[in-house]
Amino acid sequence: RPSMAAAGGQEKQLAPVLLSFFIYNPKLGPKEGEEEKKILFYHPNEVEKNEKIRNVGLCEAIVQFTRTFSPTKPAKSLHTQKNRQFFHEPEENFWMVMVVRNPIIEKHKDGKPVYEYQEEELLDKVYSSVLQQCYSMYKLFNGTFLKAMEDGGVKALKERLEKFFHRYLQTLHLQSCDLLDVFCGISFFPLDKMTYLKIQSFINRMEESLNIVKYTAFLYNDQLIWSGLEQDDMRILYKYLTTSLFPRHMEPELAGRDSPIRAEMPGNLQHYGRFLTGPLNLNDPEAKCRFPKIFVNTDDTYEELHLIVYKGISSLSLFNFTVASIPPTLEFCRKLDSIVGPQLTVLASDICEQYNINKRISGAEKEPQFKFIYFNHMNLAEKSTIHMRKTPSVSLASVHPDLMKILGDINSDFSRADEDEEIIVKAMSDYWVVGKKSDQRELYVILNQKNANLIEVNEEVKKLCATQFNNIFFLD
Amino acid sequence: MSREAPPEEEAPGGGEGEGGGGERQGDGGCYLALCARPVHFEKANAVNCVFFDEANKQVFAVRSGGATGVVVKGLEDKTPISFRMEDKGEVKCIKFSLGNKILAVQRTLKNVDFLNFIPDSHQLEYTQECKTKNANILGFCWTSSTEIVFITDQGIEFYQVVLPEKRNLKLLKNQSINVNWYMYCPESSVILLSTTVLGNVLQPFYFKSGTMSKLSKFEIELPAAPKSSKLSLSERDIALATIYGQLYVLYLRHHSRTSNSTGAEVVLYHLPREGACKKTHILKLNRTGKFALNVVDNLVVVHHQDTETSVIFDIKLKGEFDGLTTIHQFVLPPRSIQPYQIPVAGPAAVTSQAPVPCKLYSSSWIVFQPDIIISASEGYLWNLQVKLEPVVNLLPDKGRLMDFLLQRKECKMVILAVCSQMLSEPGRGSLSVIATVFDKLNHEYKKYLEAEQSYTLVVEGGQSRSNVLLKRPVRTQAVIDQSDMYTHVLSVFTEKKEAPHKFTIAVLMEYIRSLNQFQIAVQHYLYELVIKTLVQHNLFYMLHQFLQYHVLSDSKPLACLLLSLESIYPPAHQLSLDMLKRLSTANDEIVEVLLSKHHVLAALRFIRGIGGHDSISARKFLDAAKQAEDDMLFYTIFRFFEQRNQRLRGNPSFTPGEHCEEHVTFFKQVFGEQALMKPTTF
Repeated sequence: RPSMAAAGGQEKQLAPVLLSFFIYNPKLGPKEGEEEKKILFYHPNEVEKNEKIRNVGLCEAIVQFTRTFSPTKPAKSLHTQKNRQFFHEPEENFWMVMVVRNPIIEKHKDGKPVYEYQEEELLDKVYSSVLQQCYSMYKLFNGTFLKAMEDGGVKALKERLEKFFHRYLQTLHLQSCDLLDVFCGISFFPLDKMTYLKIQSFINRMEESLNIVKYTAFLYNDQLIWSGLEQDDMRILYKYLTTSLFPRHMEPELAGRDSPIRAEMPGNLQHYGRFLTGPLNLNDPEAKCRFPKIFVNTDDTYEELHLIVYKGISSLSLFNFTVASIPPTLEFCRKLDSIVGPQLTVLASDICEQYNINKRISGAEKEPQFKFIYFNHMNLAEKSTIHMRKTPSVSLASVHPDLMKILGDINSDFSRADEDEEIIVKAMSDYWVVGKKSDQRELYVILNQKNANLIEVNEEVKKLCATQFNNIFFLD
Repeated sequence: MSREAPPEEEAPGGGEGEGGGGERQGDGGCYLALCARPVHFEKANAVNCVFFDEANKQVFAVRSGGATGVVVKGLEDKTPISFRMEDKGEVKCIKFSLGNKILAVQRTLKNVDFLNFIPDSHQLEYTQECKTKNANILGFCWTSSTEIVFITDQGIEFYQVVLPEKRNLKLLKNQSINVNWYMYCPESSVILLSTTVLGNVLQPFYFKSGTMSKLSKFEIELPAAPKSSKLSLSERDIALATIYGQLYVLYLRHHSRTSNSTGAEVVLYHLPREGACKKTHILKLNRTGKFALNVVDNLVVVHHQDTETSVIFDIKLKGEFDGLTTIHQFVLPPRSIQPYQIPVAGPAAVTSQAPVPCKLYSSSWIVFQPDIIISASEGYLWNLQVKLEPVVNLLPDKGRLMDFLLQRKECKMVILAVCSQMLSEPGRGSLSVIATVFDKLNHEYKKYLEAEQSYTLVVEGGQSRSNVLLKRPVRTQAVIDQSDMYTHVLSVFTEKKEAPHKFTIAVLMEYIRSLNQFQIAVQHYLYELVIKTLVQHNLFYMLHQFLQYHVLSDSKPLACLLLSLESIYPPAHQLSLDMLKRLSTANDEIVEVLLSKHHVLAALRFIRGIGGHDSISARKFLDAAKQAEDDMLFYTIFRFFEQRNQRLRGNPSFTPGEHCEEHVTFFKQVFGEQALMKPTTF
């Protein structure tokens, strides 16, 4: 592995980039000469038709070929010197392929640039997960491929794919993908029982009085408190809310550009709630009540719903989103506003109190000598002290990418076996990386202790478990 | 159509076949009723005089001045007392002392005759003349079994029969005061005297074991300034009764044209043992005419003769507070007392006469406090009773209904019925109404638990000597605990499965929320009900979230229940282990769980982590390792115990008591004899 320091100013690191992304179905153009029909979406679109056909054909061949060795688990990725291809078959015969260029180190030799491809840098699991999320996100807002085809034929499906992925692919930040993309977890807000029950009670009453509301989820500060949706749907919706919708609304607020809708509503109860989807101004009779449609329980009841995101106090980021089964009217929005707005303001003070308690508890330990990522496969709970606040563009890890890569490697090891395991790695520059797997839980710790030995590191991790995870069953 | 009533609501003696006396039919929401088993006495006539004693609640029928017999009947008495006494003139008043020890008879205005009462034996009478010269005795009251108060037009005299066999009385105390009329409340041993010319200054006296204390006097505000100096406050308009443990003077203020009130009202003056009497409540009657008052189950009942209906007031319910007094409207719409059939007398049933409907609100009715109604012309004495069932449909506001019911004596089954009713169609309550009801019930429940707890603390702390008055808190019917709710309401409701599951779960969570809000520990069976309901509807993710936030509190039974769910919801295994870990008293269970899943190494590491590995059974672990059918695992476990043996006993071999022979054989078979650990030699 080339060292960063040795390269000096001569070297330049080029991050991985998306080379192409395409979706095809071999059954759509089985005959020779009709290959183009297989292609449902291709990015970049400018690529010449024959090259598209060639690339699709190659992928098909690789998958077919590897299927002879492993009929149920054909190839998931293809490693080449310059790039890496990832294959994913989310629905029968529908294939999604993502081609990522390997990171490059640009050197200068005799005044000429020389490119050195780093073939082993990308982690299969991370980018496979990114590809899977692309599908999940598409499905959340568009339903399944098959359903679209049943409803409006290939043409309709193509239009949907084009419309969705054209924008979505621009938001993929392949250079900052890491272990968290593998987990795609949910951060939960720790809350005492009583406040939690109050929120429960509030949600139940709201759903009772607004009977078109089918499911509700409740978030605070980007952290989930309650989800009426099933886990898998919540997982991807959570990702959308926290990485796309909320940050988009956060930025104008932080810049002080929050539109003061409330000021012009006389006689309104003092609350600061507003819609993040749907009408901007409830007083405007012309306001458009258009809510994004989402598709949930697609394996089962296949429900098509309208996503209403309502936000409480702006400074506290109390979110509450509601999913309704029939198109909500302006009338409905006003009713929701009048029921939910004041209540959220009341609940916010309870939650805020809890937030301060949480802060005091975690703040008591000062700046610890370690950073960690925790993930529980059972409830998708995720906790990271490695990552900074999520912005709409990236979630930033605060440690060196090399360490993140070690974490990814350990994770790959874990997923190969069912047994509980523990892996301790001594990384460069005094860092120790510890991975623990206990039942369905994974914990990754990065310790920065000079001259520590294996026993001391082990002790340190034990201590961490005792303080941070004392209320769960975590084997030593 | 008669509805089946719960046993508590059944009138006493209703099943005794007295000729349909207590039959309820077409009651149209009548919430007041006369008791089914009244006291029947010979009606008043020329030769038969009838007296009622409020203290003992006895009716005296005196024939021919007692010469042809005196019959005494009480509500509680099984058999009447009957005796004869000499006719020494017209009897004005006749009463037993408490416990029927001494009979007092007033025949003249000057003195009272006494008779030590021993059934079936003739005793000599003795007499006490009133001490004040020229005074006339208005009446007398027994305040205990031997103490008696004479009320004269010039004051009161307090006597004691020191020794009944000596047959004389001793004057304990007397007080001079002009008296117009008097009133006695036996429950609180208070006598109220009407004084001054207008009669509206009332002077209370309190009696207790030989002492008489004067309470502060007070003036009743008359509705309009009287034109002449004559008695303006009649005893008919005053009642003395205990409501919620406090003594009140109830004044029926009639409608006057000069005031702008819409009708008559009852004004309540609170009469504390110490301090001044204060006007506290006004009960608005919104009508005029003839009224009578009763107090039943802490409710003020006002009968209105003109409309033949009654209304009730509850001073604990929220009223309109004007800074000094609280103004109350009647709780329920006016209703007549439930129609009543006079039972045909027992032996005369042969005449096969149909029961006669009783004329209610008859002008011959006389009302006594707190709950007595007497029909002198027909010879009946009844208790007035409040029926709670009809109230349920008359009070649509469930919160107020609960406030009302929780104060009633026999409320439990009715409250539980209301709870069941509000959870089912038609007329299912909204969640916020349900929450209000739960909160009210749990508020009462918590009050009891707290009282019980502080009582236990004091008793255990041995402080009972310092506070003799401390009594074990009484559990009234208003204490509706979790087991009541579970048995009568919640389990029935969840089993019926009428309501959408969303509603069912919301109700259960609301109840748990309410219990938590009052810091009442939730019983395991409620959690079980929640889990059962969630599992039935495959709402595992919801269950998971509840457990994640510890809404369902940790316990061993709950952990076991979760374990049993593992086959349908695998994450339940993790949840269960976490719970056992948090309990910190369930280490054995954790080991069992891990072994049952053949996680033998994990079990061993766990037990080592808590320092219990020296005492565990080697055989148990080796059994599990063998069942796992993993030779390397078996080797590891076997080696671990060999090392333990070496460490503890200096020899790696197992002792016969460990019963591991089978495993040693197996080990040798698989790994060979030479693989056994050799004893360390020094």
